[in-house]
Amino acid sequence: MDTIAFVAFASIISAGLTMGLGALGPAIGEGMAVKQAVAAIAQQPDEKNTITRTLFVSLAMIESIAIYCFVISMILIFANPFWDHVISKGG
Amino acid sequence: MELLRLNQISPDQVILWQYGFIKITATLAYTWMIMAILILTAVLVTRGLTSGEQISRWQNLLEVVVSTIRSQIYEISQEDPGHYLAFIGTLFLFIGLSNLLLIVPGYVAPTASLTTTAALAICVFIAVPSYGISRHGILHYLKEYFQPTFIFFPFHVMGELTRTLALAIRLFGNMMSHDKVIAILLAVTPLFFPIIMHALGLLIGMVQAYIFAILAMVYIASATQAHEEKIHPPKPETPTGQNP
Repeated sequence: MDTIAFVAFASIISAGLTMGLGALGPAIGEGMAVKQAVAAIAQQPDEKNTITRTLFVSLAMIESIAIYCFVISMILIFANPFWDHVISKGG
Repeated sequence: MELLRLNQISPDQVILWQYGFIKITATLAYTWMIMAILILTAVLVTRGLTSGEQISRWQNLLEVVVSTIRSQIYEISQEDPGHYLAFIGTLFLFIGLSNLLLIVPGYVAPTASLTTTAALAICVFIAVPSYGISRHGILHYLKEYFQPTFIFFPFHVMGELTRTLALAIRLFGNMMSHDKVIAILLAVTPLFFPIIMHALGLLIGMVQAYIFAILAMVYIASATQAHEEKIHPPKPETPTGQNP
């Protein structure tokens, strides 16, 4: 396998792994957060506004981890710096 | 019209007009367009403000928007929203409108480019200490970085930097992923599913604008209110004696 093919192979495999493993943790975390929020709203419907706002903010915090992984995998596929380097070296 | 090709990750790479080293990218053009829409609407509507019983429908719209933003700010900061209304409201309206215009064909959201979101996040990064200093004075504000001991100083600084980075990457990632998902779905199932994803994208865009503004407000509130409890310690909660 020459270098260009190896870089392409490694980039695509690791992009898939990044997205898959990176979605795993935030998915579990968001599920637990929503579960607790729904239970809290069921217990105290008067505090619905505060709970919903806090839920949205914390969901955004958790979700940003998955978004980091997505950005990394997008860079690996569409704007890969190593790929450009190898292409410019190989000519 | 497909302005942004699939292998272009940000609208910065779309150059609409170039003269020498001056480039007008799609990000720049659409940012100007949104600013023009916001400013023209505000100027035209506020020209004929009345406090009578008959108000125009545009004044009604603006009153709803402004009073909603004021009440949201008040719920977080528990103080007069007038100080923060200009900054937080501008952030929310700019991001919200730029995400909402995605329904227009040929439009690329400037928030899908990392430069725009980084600029907005840097605005928040600068605004947080300036609100804190204007409230407490520079010495009191800087003392907060050394609480509880001086060892915590690098962690406070790192926290400020990473949350700015997170603010920028979150908005960029959400909007860019929306563009890419639409483009990929158009290639795979061009008939019906892109419309559903588009509707979902509008919802995500508004939620992201809300979250950006709320997080900026939470950061500012944490900078302005961290000291009040040390200077004026809150009175212990006494039971009011309302027995059922």
